[in-house]
Amino acid sequence: MAGGSSRRWGRAVRSPLGVTAAVLLLAVLLLAVFAPMGWQARADAVHPADILQGPSGDHPAGTDLLGRDIFARVLVAARLSVELALAATGLGVLVGLLLGTAPLLLGRRAGRWAGALVNVAVAFPSLLLALFFAVVFGVGAKGAVLAIGLATAPAFARLTQTMAATVAGRDFIAAARIAGVGRVRILLRHVLPNIAEPLVVAATMAAGSALLAFAGLSFLGLGVQAPGYDWGRLLGEGLAQIYIHPAGALAPAVAVVLAAMAFNLAGEVVARAIGLRSAESGTPAGPVTAPPPRAAAATEPAAPLLAVENLRVTFPSLGAQISPVREVSLRLRPGEAVGIVGESGSGKSLTALAIAQLVAAPGRVDADRLEFLGADLRGGGAAAHRRLLGTSLAMVFQDPMTSLNPTHRVGHQLAEVVRRHQGADRRSAWARAVDRLHAVRIPAAARRARQLPHEFSGGMRQRAMIGMGLMASPALIIADEPTTALDVTVQREVLRLLENIRTADSVGLLFISHDVTVVAQVCERVLVMYAGRIVEDLPSGALLQDARHPYTRALVAAVPGMETDRDRPLAVIPGRPPDPARLPSGCAFAPRCPLATEVCREQDPPLAAYDGDRRVACHHADLAPVAVAPYRTTAGRDES
Amino acid sequence: MTALAVGTRRSSGLGDNVWVRFAVRRTGRLLLSLWVLVTAAFLMIHALPGDPVRAALGPTAPLELVQQRRTAMGLDDPLWLQYAHYLGNLLSGDMGSSMTTGLPVSEIIGARMGATVELAVLAFAVAVIVSVPLGTLMAVLAGDGRRRAGDWMFTSTSVVLATIPEFLVAVCLVFVFGVQLGWAPVAGRSGPGSYVLPVLALALGPAFVLARLVRVEMLAVLQTDYIRTARAKRLPPRVVYLRHALPNAVTAGLTMGGLMLGALVAGTVLVENVFAWPGLGGTIVSSILAKDYPTVQGVVLVYGVGVLLVNLAVDVALALLDPRSAIRES
Ligand code: SF4
Repeated sequence: MAGGSSRRWGRAVRSPLGVTAAVLLLAVLLLAVFAPMGWQARADAVHPADILQGPSGDHPAGTDLLGRDIFARVLVAARLSVELALAATGLGVLVGLLLGTAPLLLGRRAGRWAGALVNVAVAFPSLLLALFFAVVFGVGAKGAVLAIGLATAPAFARLTQTMAATVAGRDFIAAARIAGVGRVRILLRHVLPNIAEPLVVAATMAAGSALLAFAGLSFLGLGVQAPGYDWGRLLGEGLAQIYIHPAGALAPAVAVVLAAMAFNLAGEVVARAIGLRSAESGTPAGPVTAPPPRAAAATEPAAPLLAVENLRVTFPSLGAQISPVREVSLRLRPGEAVGIVGESGSGKSLTALAIAQLVAAPGRVDADRLEFLGADLRGGGAAAHRRLLGTSLAMVFQDPMTSLNPTHRVGHQLAEVVRRHQGADRRSAWARAVDRLHAVRIPAAARRARQLPHEFSGGMRQRAMIGMGLMASPALIIADEPTTALDVTVQREVLRLLENIRTADSVGLLFISHDVTVVAQVCERVLVMYAGRIVEDLPSGALLQDARHPYTRALVAAVPGMETDRDRPLAVIPGRPPDPARLPSGCAFAPRCPLATEVCREQDPPLAAYDGDRRVACHHADLAPVAVAPYRTTAGRDES
Repeated sequence: MTALAVGTRRSSGLGDNVWVRFAVRRTGRLLLSLWVLVTAAFLMIHALPGDPVRAALGPTAPLELVQQRRTAMGLDDPLWLQYAHYLGNLLSGDMGSSMTTGLPVSEIIGARMGATVELAVLAFAVAVIVSVPLGTLMAVLAGDGRRRAGDWMFTSTSVVLATIPEFLVAVCLVFVFGVQLGWAPVAGRSGPGSYVLPVLALALGPAFVLARLVRVEMLAVLQTDYIRTARAKRLPPRVVYLRHALPNAVTAGLTMGGLMLGALVAGTVLVENVFAWPGLGGTIVSSILAKDYPTVQGVVLVYGVGVLLVNLAVDVALALLDPRSAIRES
């Protein structure tokens, strides 16, 4: 742990930002300590002969109204500026800590009062608080320290409060409390050390803000009083002469900004080092690219609804490229229902997204062939096939609670499809939307269309999603776990709805699910995926009784059958799917496979034709399915 | 603009009691804050070390005069009575009168408040108008993985600008546009040109901070399922970004925007002093320096109420845009 954190620190400090912050902060602190020793005399020397001189070799920032050297004054002012800012920060941190830990120290009641006070106080900007306190404590440096310190306190108290509350809820605190450890001791020994890092970060940044606030007050004439001077005061004096002599105002301004930035950057670097912030990243859609042209794949005479050959999805990961989906080939005839099953992480959903051209950047989709209704989807980017995909390909996603836009009316979200792709006018698009909602059996469709998604139940939202897919005239529906988030009755309704649509209009269905039984019910063919590959392709009639791949059999065996006791924990396949970044050599399923032999661990079995129209990727596909039985008991025993 | 369109939408299904509870709680909080504010302003004078009248009139003022003023201001009454008077007077719009000019404080405030409000409102409008498109654009570019350099520049610019307080921005603007280029007047309020620099000084920092926020929110929204749905509908990118993503991103940005608007109100104090703007910012500083406490008290109160109203407006806007926030509140 210690090694890990020192490494993080090392990395943070060596980053360009870290170096900049460290150098700047060090410079500011050194200046604050030593500048008055070196330049005090120069800064105070009055030269009536050179009043308000511009910058020159002698006076890099010129001179002020009394002929004093401004550059030296700015350097010397570092001491007072930094000192006062640190004093104010210290005060603010102290008061903030006291207020913030009041619930722990003084018990519930007093804590609630402190909390209410903090709540009211944080609503006011700190500059306003500072002005208020400046009135109370009087004009001058001391008053300003008190004012800025107290103005910083509420925000700090809020931070302490939230963090201390989370720490205080943890077990070891409860244990200490039961053991009779006193409140102060709990606070000092258990709570504060656990929130110290973020507090230090906040305090560092607060010092930067205090510096600026002080400059502000002194600039207004409410802070440091003559003959003393800090950066704010120099700025105020300089501004009056800015037309004659801009350097007088700019030099202290630059000094304040640099110093404040030093504190802020240091805080930022520390925050990153201890993992409070991470670099943001964003990843929306990337186009599908065709791989370099190969020798023409065997041309197919009849154009199927969907033809995919050798589909691969690649993501960059820690410098390497990983492919969570590989060598996927599949084919759908119009009106056909094909299922893809597999555990989570098998690549089945990603396959669906890849086919639908919805893989997010930096993901890359390559394929030897990717044709939908005869159109090659690989080239031309998203725009080229927008209309085709928008009207003929419908998507239904897993979580109906999050898949509809929370700020748009449901009817609008449906109507949009035909408005964009078929140029329907507002009114007819709306009528169509209501009609489609009606078609997916949403009661009182006209009224419901005007509602927002959160007013729909989960089942209704999923039906609305399906209705959205039916706005135009889809030839294919890709449904990715459409019923997983729904309860059993609703699930059945949604499945029946999909089935009706499919048979009525001969719409193809690509149905992704982890549930073997549902897939066997809904689909004619089933593709079983494991570790990004198709490992078996079989008619759904054969799925439950005659699967050849041990993984398929295990999936089937894991289903609680009619005869299984409902109270028994669900059987699962022991082990976990492999990490796509570290695939084992040989068959990816070998580590979990009861039939695995030497050859399995050495050679990856190809997906080969089996028994006519089936395909399976297993060296021991011919072994009798008897092997399932002992496997299943093992699974059961492991679970109990 | 889309956000506004969303705002007009009614959320009938929430149930009325949620809204009632929201209104009750929010009003309760406002009243509590108001009470704290008024009481703090009242106590301010009494927390001062020494005699405020003596402080205002100076050490040379004759004793009788001081005593006369004290009695006139009721400073010799018991504290609770003074408090009661103060509250009563406030309710009737009487904030006392200035110790230096003798004018009623409410009159002074009335004469100068307009300029400050104008400045704050204009600056906020500029900040919003600049930040939303800028943040969205940066999110879209960052999301596409293009223009790394542009993204980096944007982020560092916004970080730097966020550190520089508005009065230093003001000084830089005065230098560049007033002194070097001579394009815009740098002091006073006369004609539209004089608004340019003060408004810019106030709006620049918040605009970039807000833009950065919109960018982060936008990137988060672009990852959501409903945006995937919008893409699956093959809507043109413009529609996906502007109609589906933006309103949701702006909702989140609004909370922060509200906090910044409060800070912006306070920021006017400094900026007004840089530009000699005839608003309350000048008044509060000069009255603090002159130890004219009734005026200070009144102006502090006005600023405080302003901030509270801004916070209220933001919460209400938030609740209209995103009804779920009203539920959270109640
Ligand atoms: S190839 Fe071997 S390890 Fe892989 S599934 Fe078949 S039997 Fe099991």
